[in-house]
This record gives sequence, structure tokens and C-alpha cells, in this order.
Amino acid sequence: MTDSKIIRYENISMVYSDSQVISDINFEVKKGEFVTVIGSSGCGKTTLLKMANGLIIPTSGNVIVNGKNTRQTDLTSLRRSIGYCVQGSVLFPHMTVAKNIAYVPNLLNKRDRKKIDAAVDKWMNIVGLEFSMKERYPYQLSGGQQQRVGIARSLAVSPEILLMDEPFGSVDEITRGMLQDEIIRIHEQTGITILFVTHDINEAMRLGTKVLVMDRGCVKQYDSPDAVRKNPADEFVEKLLFRSVK
Amino acid sequence: MIEETVGLLMERWDFFAGLLTEHLQISFISIFISIAAGLGIGILISEFKKSSKIVMGIVNFIYTIPSISLLGFLIPFSGIGDTTAVIALSVYALLPMVRNTYIGIANVSPLIVEAASGMGGTKVQVLFKVKLPLAMPVITAGIRNMAVMTIALAGIASFIGAGGLGVAIYRGITTNNKAMTVLGSFLIALLAVLADLVIGKIEKYTYKHKAI
Repeated sequence: MTDSKIIRYENISMVYSDSQVISDINFEVKKGEFVTVIGSSGCGKTTLLKMANGLIIPTSGNVIVNGKNTRQTDLTSLRRSIGYCVQGSVLFPHMTVAKNIAYVPNLLNKRDRKKIDAAVDKWMNIVGLEFSMKERYPYQLSGGQQQRVGIARSLAVSPEILLMDEPFGSVDEITRGMLQDEIIRIHEQTGITILFVTHDINEAMRLGTKVLVMDRGCVKQYDSPDAVRKNPADEFVEKLLFRSVK
Repeated sequence: MIEETVGLLMERWDFFAGLLTEHLQISFISIFISIAAGLGIGILISEFKKSSKIVMGIVNFIYTIPSISLLGFLIPFSGIGDTTAVIALSVYALLPMVRNTYIGIANVSPLIVEAASGMGGTKVQVLFKVKLPLAMPVITAGIRNMAVMTIALAGIASFIGAGGLGVAIYRGITTNNKAMTVLGSFLIALLAVLADLVIGKIEKYTYKHKAI
């Protein structure tokens, strides 16, 4: 069944000049799963994520997304079917909240204003943004609000896959908790497949239906949070877990 | 001195109004040409980074040629008169335009650019929707700089038979008429200051939403 495997990483290696960032990684993400990728900084987790929408093409191996190899497919149309949400304020500073959220729909079909407005309203509602914020600029928002706009923007065309790179890295603890609830709810409501990179083990264990633990470019363990907690694969995973709140 | 100058302006208003119009024409045409060409070249070298060094080198080199001699070089090709003046001024104005366009685009945060293309923007879409709007403050600063420079430089164009307020200065010098020289210079300075103010207003507008 290739259908249920929405993302496949096959023998992925990545070499930058002479340092090996990722060595021979194999794993699959099933449709509708919420996979959190956890590991120390520089372990290659962001690189892995960027391979899913072709921002990075692996040195060797293939990434198959929705049955399409990122080496051969048209990346622009692939990317438009994948939500992409990055850490911090990478909102477009010169666009209002509404324009930011409408970025991808606008790339697709400019003429259908009504449909775009409806999508903006729908997603502002879902991520919990008040409509009065539509005409504000990113610098007029709080960190948490900016993250919400970022999430709404990445979801605006209702993609099948959502890639998130430490999306809650720059907000306070309380806001983060709220945003985590929000993303769990969105995942349940839409059945979207999520690949979520984080360096926070608590976040990884709480959000994921599956957790992928990485260390120095290798996959240490790929299992459900419960299984990881009960049977840590090796010392590294155990050390990571030790820091988590039991 | 001041009385003399004002008197001259009153007396020969038609003459000066004519020169002023010519001066504006020559400057505006040059400014327009170099905005178009400069933006184009600046965008191209920021998209194809490898070519930027060579192109910037050439443009920088042209900028070091003294304006008088550039005007002289051009006479065999385009003769004397307004055309030559416009060509020379446009070529000069190219440097600030190309440089500011290039720097403006290069300074847009790579994270923002990556997000824009990572969500499925094509190169052209990312350029027009994200890079150029964010580079706009730097580009308008370049236009402001260049416009003032071009208006001032257009004064020299009279040496190769082009019109404009330089004619008054040149005539003032050759006929030892101080008031004429001063008035020509004053009007050029006035034009430059006005252009600076107007473009400054536009510049402020482009900055308005860049407070991140």
C-alpha cells in the first residue's frame, strides 16, 4: 500500500562540503499521522524537514511525497500542496495579517477573491484570531499572535501535509501551551499529516502520535510516545527522556 | 547682488522659465531611463549573483569617468545637444540605481525568502511579492540620491550645446554677468532641493510598514 504512506524517506544521506549531516535515514509517515522530530541542535532535523518540500535535495537517496520524488517533480506545485510554518516571525512584514494568510491562495488563483476571503476567515477562526486584526501589520502583533498568523498562513489552502519547524520556539510557556492545544485540535479536526520539528522533548511527547528521535544525523528511535517512554532504544533516548516531565 | 539677481529674474522671466522647463525635461528623461535600466540590471544581478561582481565593476568604472570628459566622448557618436546630455546623465545615474537595487534585494532576510519559496512561490512571484516590496526603502533612497545628482549634473550639459539652466550659468561666466550665473545656479539648487523633498515624502511612505 503506497497510498497510506504519504511521505517516504529512502536511504537519505546529506553531505555539506565534507561534513555528513545525515547518514542513511529511512522512515515513512502514514497519512494522518502527527510525527514530531526531536534531537539536539545540529542533528539534521531541520534539514530532514526541508527535504519534504524540496527546499533541500538529499545528496543521495530519495524523498517520496505523495508518490512524487522531490528530485523529479515540479517543486512549485508540490510546495503549494504542503503547508510550511517556520520558527519566529517570518511573516511578510509588508503585508497585513489578511494578506499574509492569503499568500498561498493568491499564488494559486488571484481572481477568486471571495474564495480567498472565505479561506482567510475560516482559518483565522480556527487558529483563534479576531477578525479585527485583519488589517494589522505583523509588527503590531504579539509573538503568540504572529505564530497564529503563521499557522493560519501555512494552512490557508487546506494542504494534506503540514511541515512545522520549531513553530512555537519564540513564545512564552503559557502561549505555547495554548498553541499546542490548538495544533492538536487542528490535527484532529482536519486529519492533516504533520511533520513537526522541535528541540523540546515535552512538546514532542505531548503532540506526536509518533516520535522520531535523532542524534548526529541518524534515527535513534521511531515509535509512539508511549513506546518511546517505556522502551527507550538506547542511552541517548534515555538521557533525553530524563529531562522530560514524567 | 540679491537685488540685481531678483531684478534679472523679473526682467527675463520668459528666458528662465524656458531654461527651467528644458532642465526639468532633460533631468526627468534621464532619471526615468536610469530608474528603468537600473532596476532591471539590479534585479538581474541579484538573481544571478555570479554576474554581480563584473557588472558592479563596470558600472563603478563608468562612474569614475569625469562628467565633462564623458560628455566629450559621446559627441562623435551622438553629436551635440540634448540627446548626448540625456545619454551621459542616464549612464551616470545608473550606478546609484543598480547598487541600491542590488543591495536592497540582497538584504532581504533569507529566512523570509525561503519561507516565500517554500510555500510555493515561483522565482518571479517571490521577487515581486516579497523581495522588491521589502527592498523598496533602499531603492527609493537610491532614486532620491540619484535624482538630486542628475538635476545638479544637468547644469554641465550646456557645455555640449544642450539646453537647461546650465546655459544661464555658462552665459553668465562668458559675459562676466554675475547675476546671470548666480540665478542659474540658484534655480538648479532649488530644483534639486524640491526633488529631494518630494521623493523624501515617497520614501517615508515605503518605510511605513517596515517596522519589524
